[in-house]
Amino acid sequence: MFSGLPGEHRIVTCSSCGMQGKVNIPGIFAQPVSNGHAIELSHLRKVFGDFPAVDDVSFFVKKGEIFGLLGPNGAGKSTIIRMLCTLTRPTGGSAAVAGYDVVKQAGKVRQHIGLVSEKMIMYDQLTARENLKLFGKLYNLPNDVLHKRIDELLSLVRMEKWADHRISTFSTGMKQRINVIRALVNQPEILFLDEPTLGLDPQSTAEIRELTRRINTEQGTTIILTTHIMFEADALCSRIGIIDHGKIVALDTSSNLKKLISGTETSTFEIELLNLKPDMISSVQSLSSVKSVVQEDPTHLFVRTVGNDAFDSIVDSLRKNGAKVRMVKNLEPTLEDVFLHLTGREAREKVSENTTSSSGQRHGPRRRRTQRIR
Amino acid sequence: MGVRNVISHSFWICWKDLLEFSRSKLRLAMLVLMPLFMMVMVGFIFPTGNSISNTPIALVNSDTGAMGAAFVTQLKAINNNTHMMNLSSAKDFNDVKNKLQNSEVSGGIIIPENFSSEIHAGHQGVITIVIDQSNPQMSYTIQGVLTKTIEVIGEQTAIFNLSSTYHISIATATSLVTPYTVQSKGIIPGEPNYFQFVAPGIIAMVVMMALMTGLPHAISYEKEIGTLDGMLAAPINRLSIILGKVLAQTVRGMIQGFIILILAVVLFGVVIEGNILLVVFLILLTVFSFVGLGILITSFTENEETATMVMMTLMFPMMFLSGVFFPLQQMPWYMQDLAHFLPLTYATTALRKVMVLGADISAVGTEVLILVGFGVFLLAIAVPMFRRAMSK
Repeated sequence: MFSGLPGEHRIVTCSSCGMQGKVNIPGIFAQPVSNGHAIELSHLRKVFGDFPAVDDVSFFVKKGEIFGLLGPNGAGKSTIIRMLCTLTRPTGGSAAVAGYDVVKQAGKVRQHIGLVSEKMIMYDQLTARENLKLFGKLYNLPNDVLHKRIDELLSLVRMEKWADHRISTFSTGMKQRINVIRALVNQPEILFLDEPTLGLDPQSTAEIRELTRRINTEQGTTIILTTHIMFEADALCSRIGIIDHGKIVALDTSSNLKKLISGTETSTFEIELLNLKPDMISSVQSLSSVKSVVQEDPTHLFVRTVGNDAFDSIVDSLRKNGAKVRMVKNLEPTLEDVFLHLTGREAREKVSENTTSSSGQRHGPRRRRTQRIR
Repeated sequence: MGVRNVISHSFWICWKDLLEFSRSKLRLAMLVLMPLFMMVMVGFIFPTGNSISNTPIALVNSDTGAMGAAFVTQLKAINNNTHMMNLSSAKDFNDVKNKLQNSEVSGGIIIPENFSSEIHAGHQGVITIVIDQSNPQMSYTIQGVLTKTIEVIGEQTAIFNLSSTYHISIATATSLVTPYTVQSKGIIPGEPNYFQFVAPGIIAMVVMMALMTGLPHAISYEKEIGTLDGMLAAPINRLSIILGKVLAQTVRGMIQGFIILILAVVLFGVVIEGNILLVVFLILLTVFSFVGLGILITSFTENEETATMVMMTLMFPMMFLSGVFFPLQQMPWYMQDLAHFLPLTYATTALRKVMVLGADISAVGTEVLILVGFGVFLLAIAVPMFRRAMSK
């Protein structure tokens, strides 16, 4: 089903397997076109000129789950979101959101979704309340309902005090909070969050993640979240689809995805040495079971290995060189490793260091590589 | 229900646009300043007919006889009343030439040596007017004014001579020397006034500019900052978006139009002869005729910069070709023909007829029909294009 995958890996899901149970024949007017999934994509394609941004993608999102779309910039995440939000017309295939076809029943789809896109959908010169009011009015909310809803939403993000201040006076974190609740004015069944923590400081990032979780649990809103931050997907999402070059390369729960690489005899060890010397590094590097050695700081090494006897041979080699080993840790595989394993490249390659490191979140147990040896 | 929704949604989008606009003090200031500058600039810079005032003119009197001195006296007497010229004396032609080259004077009058003797001998006295070829506009005006003045002096001299020689009354002598006289009568009271001419055109133009610049800007800008996605993802008709924007820009354009109208009346003495409601109707019709063009530009331009460029390219010829500043009749025939393809031409003509000449609806029926035609035609192309552009 999915191209470019090693055959021995168990890769789950495609849209056709969601077709159990009753099959509805789509009506012409506003009849839901499929079964009970919140979102269902079937061979969805989008081509810009010659470039296939989304290439035959099929999956489904269950009602009430937080689904993560994970991939590097330019992988096609945002294009998928835009097609599902009826902002971009698919070149081929079909998709149903809240049971309605995104092309034929776009109006119905729009009633049931909320969108937080990469760019903030807010007017800087208007106050928070005015922004919420505008969008409420676009969803035909009557005044009394709208006012109550606005107050509820503002208290959800503890911004009541700032309701009548202009957006332009807000910090980025405050803006994003308002931006998220703006997408909730119409009480959508499905909320699209396209890179919601991009460019936020650590505290705001945490707040937005917490808010995402609350929206999902308290209001039962289905959430589809795109991110290139592995940690975020790992922490929030019940299921994750990894996307690269417009194709879904893997789709499963976070723990199942990690199992993909635990069986491959590839391990990573973090080693702390009190007297780390260059000759120790080169001797470890010369071992046949060692694939790469990375020095993180004056006392820490990260060693990537293949095979079951790697651990012993590394320790032997270090001892022979008189090393004082303080700690050796076999690191858990991270989503990052999964991604690297599946796509052969790092997820964050095009993302500025600032964005990811300033978020202050470690995207796994391991820290960034600071110095690569040879 | 559908129509009610479209109206409600476009109202709220318009509300948002105007609210945003009103929050910017600079924009509000410009809303008033732009029409003011426009009026002042256009009213004072453009040549206002064929009169001159306090124009520096060099006067050379080489004549030693009585006739030269008498001419100078008469010239100065006329000038004391009209202040057309700022007379300074010069020695001879070369002196005048020097002064012209140094921009000290704009022209010269030379009374030759033989002026008195020629007249006494029964010949015409020749007076030379020196003009500046580097400034044709000014030269023509000075030449005209001076020639006229000198002719008047000549006539007065002739009448006086005739009256005293044949012992007839001044009135009889006048009718002998100048049997014809001219009297101008307009169809409305008052002197013609250049503001009267440009004010209707500027109103039409400012309304056009508000739509042509405002509309593509409003939509492309939202496309670029991403807020348009918010509206597109909401269950509203695409038409509501464009309608809301058009409404907001129309309000803006109308406000500017009225500021011009008030300025023209209060500061520049323009009298509105026609029905003010008809003027408002025509301004709204002008908006209608341009909406399609604005939407069209918005639909096929990818970003704000392109939209601005396309809009500027279209707007400048329209501004100058539509008879806003210069009468159409003064243009070469091919330009006049071209002007007939521009809606602004008809808007300007109709507004001028109503505002200046006090025409009623039946007198501008043709213009109204043509403007409606332009509006319908452009919208018929623009609306489907806009819908397509919004669902790429």
